[in-house]
Amino acid sequence: MNNIHVRTKVNGDEVDFLCDPRETLLDCLRDKLHLTGSKEGCGTGDCGACSVVLEGRLVCACLVLGVEVEGQTVDTVEGIAQGQDLHPLQEKFIKYAALQCGICTPGILMATKNLLERNPNPTETEVRYWLAGNLCRCTGYDKIIRAIMDTAADMREAG
Amino acid sequence: MKYHSPDSFHAAAEISANAPGSTRFLAGGTDVLVQLRSDIFTPDNLIDIKNIEGAKAINRSANGDWNIGAAVSGAEMNENEELKSEWPGIVEAVDLIGSTQIQGRATLVGNLCNGSPAADTVPALIAADASVAVQSPNGERIMKVADVPRSPGKTNFQKGDVVKNVIVPAKKNKSSDAYLRFIPRTEMDIAVVGCGVWLQLSADGFIVSARISLGAVAPTVFKVDSAADILIGKQLDDDTLHKLAATASAACNPITDRRGTVEYRTHIAGVLAERTAKIAYQRAGV
Repeated sequence: MNNIHVRTKVNGDEVDFLCDPRETLLDCLRDKLHLTGSKEGCGTGDCGACSVVLEGRLVCACLVLGVEVEGQTVDTVEGIAQGQDLHPLQEKFIKYAALQCGICTPGILMATKNLLERNPNPTETEVRYWLAGNLCRCTGYDKIIRAIMDTAADMREAG
Repeated sequence: MKYHSPDSFHAAAEISANAPGSTRFLAGGTDVLVQLRSDIFTPDNLIDIKNIEGAKAINRSANGDWNIGAAVSGAEMNENEELKSEWPGIVEAVDLIGSTQIQGRATLVGNLCNGSPAADTVPALIAADASVAVQSPNGERIMKVADVPRSPGKTNFQKGDVVKNVIVPAKKNKSSDAYLRFIPRTEMDIAVVGCGVWLQLSADGFIVSARISLGAVAPTVFKVDSAADILIGKQLDDDTLHKLAATASAACNPITDRRGTVEYRTHIAGVLAERTAKIAYQRAGV
């Protein structure tokens, strides 16, 4: 077997797994670490359903190999709530019904959280461009955008 | 598939030259992994260059030239304000590629090595007179970006070659660049036509030096010397712009596909040449 031992940090926890070099980070998160929040939509980096944050940078987990994350830091949607306390974005997505089937939601939450950490006061246009790689086939995006703009305003007020 | 993570470009070149079977280099992976996952191509050896010292660095040589490492992502270039102010055209070409997620991984060198005639950064790099530092098992050499593309999907690199970094010259006085592409959407598409322009002006605003490059209108990205020559000694008056557009269109040799016909691409190439030249001219004059 060509399996490679990978040590990494996921949502703050040290973890390790064995993987074939062809397996993607998405495969490893879902099948080895049982973190199934990240979804596989297209598998070719077009839809953003597998968006995670690797070393602070938003990426598609389907376009990263498991072996590449040796020694790196990965953040997934499972890490954004604090115990039972949902992240403000999650609260607003529920309030605005900014999801229907929910497949795109983990990726959109990760992408948006990363945006608001970089830019707490984005314009609607900036939000829409930032999310150009996150496809939603249910909502038509409007509720998603409104939920995000409202969250950003609340988070700025809360400082 | 065997995964390699060498610690020097020389070691990467040795693996590429000597490992049995096929090899691919991995930096951002936004093309290599798509081919792997779609069962289009799985190499016997995958050589990850990201852990090589300097591969993720943007720095400047003593003479002011920029060195952009082979594994530097589009997002990292876009966050470098000094690079952006000296070479806005190159950075805007990078920024047009893919989504935020793709920007976090995709590289300038990957865009070049992929050999696509529609690659966004290649016209901008050719207009900037950029080069690449190429490591092979026998040593290192410098190659002009304009000499890299060979045919759709093919480059003039040899087996065992690995690109270490792109070299972009230091900005010259009263010069600037610009890149525009045409796509039918506002985001996330492949160029129907791409155009890179670099201009240098005299103190009184006449063009003293120019380079123009077109993408997606021929089997490779190419430099259009005939169009650049039109601009020398001129300001961008209407007559000059019309001649520029006609010359750029005349240099095209495109195909018809679902993104555009031969006639459409040929026409748009002229329109983009005019518009891109205007932006570069305005920037150079500042």
